[in-house]
Amino acid sequence: MSPAGRNQNGPIAAPPPPRPIFGPGPMAGLGMPTQKAKNFKGTLRRLLGYLQPHRLALTVVIVTGCIGTVFSVLGPKILGRATTMIFEGYVAKRMHVPGGGIDFAGVGKILLGLIGLYLISSTFQYLMQFLMARIAQRTVYTMRQEVEAKFDRLPLKFFDSRTRGEVMSRAVNDMDSIGSTLQQNLTQLLTSVLTLIGVITMMLTISWILTIVIFLTLPLSIALVMRIAKRSQKFFVQQQAALSALNGHVAEMYGGHTIVTAFGHEKKSIETFDALNETYYNGAWRAQFVSGIIMPTTMFVGNLGFVMVAVIGGVLVTRRAIAIGDVQAFIQYGRQFSMPITQLSGIANMIQLTIVAAERVFELLDEPEETPDAAEAVVISNPRGAVQFDEVSFRYKSDEPLIEDLTLDVAPGQMIAIVGPTGAGKTTLVNLLMRFYDVDKGAICVDGVDIRRMKRGALRRMFGMVLQDTWLFSGTIRENIAYGGDRADHEALMHAARMAHADHFIRTLPEAYDTPINEEASNLSQGQKQLLTIARAFLADPAVLILDEATSSVDTRTEVLIQRAMAELMRGRTTFVIAHRLSTIRNADLILMLEHGRIVERGTHQELLAANGHYADLYNSQFASRAAMTT
Amino acid sequence: MLKLFRLLRSYRGVIFIVMILALAQSLGSLLLPRLMSNIVDDGIVKGDQGAILRFGGFMLFTSILSTGCAIAGSFYSARIATGFGRIVRGAIFARASHFSIHQFEGIGAASLVTRTTNDTTQVQQMLIMMLTIVILAPMMAIGGIILALSQDAELAWVLIIVMPIMGLVFFFIMRGAVPLSTAMQGKIDRINLVLGESLGGVRVIRAFDRGERQRARFDAANIDLTNTAISVNRLIAVLMPALFLMLNLTSVAIIWVGSHRIDAAVMQVGAMIASLQYAMQILFAVFMVTAMFVMLPRASSSAKRINEVLELRPDIADPAVPVPVNGSVKRGQIEFQNVTFRYPGAEEPALTSASFTAEPGQVTAIVGGTGSGKSTLIGLIPRFYDVESGRVLIDGMDVRDLKLTDLRGRIGFVPQQAKLFTGTVTTNLRYGRETASDSELQHAATVAQAMDFVAKMPEQFSSQISQGGINLSGGQKQRLAIARALVRKPDVYVFDDSFSALDFATDAKLRAALRGETANATVIVVAQRVSTVIDADRIVVMDDGQIVGIGAHDELLKTSEVYREIVESQIPLEEVAS
Repeated sequence: MSPAGRNQNGPIAAPPPPRPIFGPGPMAGLGMPTQKAKNFKGTLRRLLGYLQPHRLALTVVIVTGCIGTVFSVLGPKILGRATTMIFEGYVAKRMHVPGGGIDFAGVGKILLGLIGLYLISSTFQYLMQFLMARIAQRTVYTMRQEVEAKFDRLPLKFFDSRTRGEVMSRAVNDMDSIGSTLQQNLTQLLTSVLTLIGVITMMLTISWILTIVIFLTLPLSIALVMRIAKRSQKFFVQQQAALSALNGHVAEMYGGHTIVTAFGHEKKSIETFDALNETYYNGAWRAQFVSGIIMPTTMFVGNLGFVMVAVIGGVLVTRRAIAIGDVQAFIQYGRQFSMPITQLSGIANMIQLTIVAAERVFELLDEPEETPDAAEAVVISNPRGAVQFDEVSFRYKSDEPLIEDLTLDVAPGQMIAIVGPTGAGKTTLVNLLMRFYDVDKGAICVDGVDIRRMKRGALRRMFGMVLQDTWLFSGTIRENIAYGGDRADHEALMHAARMAHADHFIRTLPEAYDTPINEEASNLSQGQKQLLTIARAFLADPAVLILDEATSSVDTRTEVLIQRAMAELMRGRTTFVIAHRLSTIRNADLILMLEHGRIVERGTHQELLAANGHYADLYNSQFASRAAMTT
Repeated sequence: MLKLFRLLRSYRGVIFIVMILALAQSLGSLLLPRLMSNIVDDGIVKGDQGAILRFGGFMLFTSILSTGCAIAGSFYSARIATGFGRIVRGAIFARASHFSIHQFEGIGAASLVTRTTNDTTQVQQMLIMMLTIVILAPMMAIGGIILALSQDAELAWVLIIVMPIMGLVFFFIMRGAVPLSTAMQGKIDRINLVLGESLGGVRVIRAFDRGERQRARFDAANIDLTNTAISVNRLIAVLMPALFLMLNLTSVAIIWVGSHRIDAAVMQVGAMIASLQYAMQILFAVFMVTAMFVMLPRASSSAKRINEVLELRPDIADPAVPVPVNGSVKRGQIEFQNVTFRYPGAEEPALTSASFTAEPGQVTAIVGGTGSGKSTLIGLIPRFYDVESGRVLIDGMDVRDLKLTDLRGRIGFVPQQAKLFTGTVTTNLRYGRETASDSELQHAATVAQAMDFVAKMPEQFSSQISQGGINLSGGQKQRLAIARALVRKPDVYVFDDSFSALDFATDAKLRAALRGETANATVIVVAQRVSTVIDADRIVVMDDGQIVGIGAHDELLKTSEVYREIVESQIPLEEVAS
């Protein structure tokens, strides 16, 4: 049913790499090429707008985050005090100072205080993450709901002009990125910044000389990491290009497996693959190696700081400038110092990516919508099924005229046969009648009412469709048939199935009406699926029918059943038939002859034969010879 | 996963080097606190600044060495892991390329693509992680304990006790989180499914005014996913604070125990400070391992999927002793003798006792409703499938006795759905036969009625065909697919309903041109159109997996009920006018 079949028939594409649920480590995002957001600030503001309803919870998150971080930053300094106390006691004892010795009561008090401090810090850090889980997930939930609701309001044009994968990747993958960033990176950002400030403050209170020493290592670390990241970026780009070539080959060869096999090209295909695989490997290991250096490098710079602190701090202690415990504290701070910095650069990258993802989601949310239903909609309580086209003009592309000034008057119960090649023709008819697309000019009326004055839902309920492209969803047979009617009772449902000649085969299924239809509906044959849609139409009991007689991919016996069921369904209803059968055409009240989606001729069978145009050609070339064949 | 790692065999030596390097790297990191304790005990306590500088120099040297080892380790592990990825990818691709049609469809092309690309990357990332990070943890733990023991046994006990406790906490958190995250994956799949339905079925949803119900389904899936995600993340949230708490409490314990040891004069202050460092380093190394456990479930399911492919043996392969192709008997006669075939696992055979002969120089048409077994029947000729009983013969030789390349080299197969490959028109036609000359290609294109539109393309035969031929119409693709088969100059032509996208006039012209081209070959045509079949020398009528009639058109009209039904019902009016 997708027009021109664009949605489903694309080549098999390699799915995007999944993002780990627990999020990246501190190094993730470093060295990978970044995308640029078009409007960073605006998108960020809009994204933050989604956090608005959680203001209160967010405030609590920030407060708990602050408490947790401040307490954890205080730890080393206090621990250092204990060490100093021990050291002094030890030295005093060694010097045989009277009353010298370690003040265990004092040390014990400090340590007990520390235990309390750490407990509070960890508890609050946990609370922060705990609260954030709900905020992040509820926010993504809301966005997902918005996207789904948006789908409801988007015109069909939107879906017809995009591949399903394209839309899915926005609704799923991009949403995932947003979710993980909200979950992890926001709190990380908070704690990293706080830790950084806290650690610097603590270090300054201990010794400004040592603080400067540690600070000197910082530009070194940044310069080195930047250099490496830059190089690795080049390799990552190389690797990415090689990977997409490789994936392209794989997708294509797998998609054409039968041909590859039939023509005995396996060996050649493998050779091509091996060459691409080799190219990819050459890029991949370099990219991996270069980005793998980042961690040892930063660690080295960290160690450099460690050594300098140990040496300079040692000298300072011997000169009684600072206490030994302070050196110990300083070493711990030095380690804590580099972590938030690497984290922050990673976070910056992730946020960049997230904004790009959010931008793509917002683009989706900002797509122009259908005109809303008329406020004072006209309700037709007992539709009779009269359909009028009043000088209707319509085109998909502004420069390709399709329907020009079409006027049609279909009385209730009449049958209109549409004859011609497959393609946009029948889809256009469905599109216009069901108001999937609005006409450019003129009007379509049902029972004298312009369809734009009705509620879309009400309008569509007047129509029944049985098309070749049956659409079933995963659910039971019963649910699928009842899709046409609200809460249909079992009797009505079975009656519809019987009318559609579907009852018999349904009963042969393992759980009869409650048999689940699986994802691809592969447990039913094409013909059985068509019978189900007919049953669905019977149950819905529409005033106007749109039928496609084509029954390719259906075995002869089922085909007979389908034909019979369709004939019964058509009785007493206005019907538009995509005709494939001689008898249908002959009995039609009006034949529309389509070519390239445009109506080129119209009239009854006799009129069109007499006109000796396209229809007559078609009829003579096909049906006349068929008449000869069967005699 | 372990099974997959067997493919690492050729890297055994390098892996050993990586392990040595990791050991050196961890020893280097651990030596730093040790040297620092010397600064304290020999330098600070004794007031010896020379000693401080000396040990500082040692520390610098050690850390350079350790970094060097880490970089070398990163180099080798990058090569091992990406090399491993290359091996796995290559193995999957080579294996999948030889799968029979049935096996291939069993897994599905899309799934195979994922297995070849994403799953391999997952496993590769996992290996990187193991080689660079995970490997350090045991080295650090063992080295750290040894060093701590060498300084003071009593204090080392603190570490020895803490480590298993930490492991346990970690284990319990993960035991809860891993199934939850697996469940979450299922829920993501579910939401994707519903969303896919919304997108794919947008017309039907709107036609039946079912937007609300669909939204309710989505909402249910969304809520479900959200709740699970919240639970997972809340559980994971315990991890970091818990680990830090333990690290910090360990520090407190070290100071407390250390103070008593120092008081007893069995240990020095420097050693105590060093022990704090050991604890930190060991626990961080262990902590890094958690990253692996985060990746593990996903990587191991990837590995499982990869193994499924690698463990599947192609069920159609060359015979052990192939019959050599004898040039003199080359004619192309195809004979089915009592052939019965059943798709694996199917209750009913798709083909029952089929017997017929297709002679060289003749056109044999196969007709029947869908599901009657037509495509199955012709798929047995190039051995897309193998018979269950009976035999398929080509020039009197069982197709199973021939080498696959010999057999398929004699067949020009034109599939139902014309599939072209990225490349030029020329490369696509040469797919039929690499050695074909340009004039042969042009001739084939002319016969296949493809010359007109190829001539109109921007670069004629050198024009690019984008992936799958999306820049061509269905009819054009079919004509190129036919030309591709013609280029092959095979003894047997098999057309699987390959004229369906052609308009009436082109169909007629093409068949007329084909007649001359295939005069000496065996032509087997599966067709829906009666007009395609009507001139065939022999028509084989299929119904429900059985041959119910063989003969010419006129004859069958009289004798075969099924054939008459088909002629009457299958007038594909819609295709005529395009």
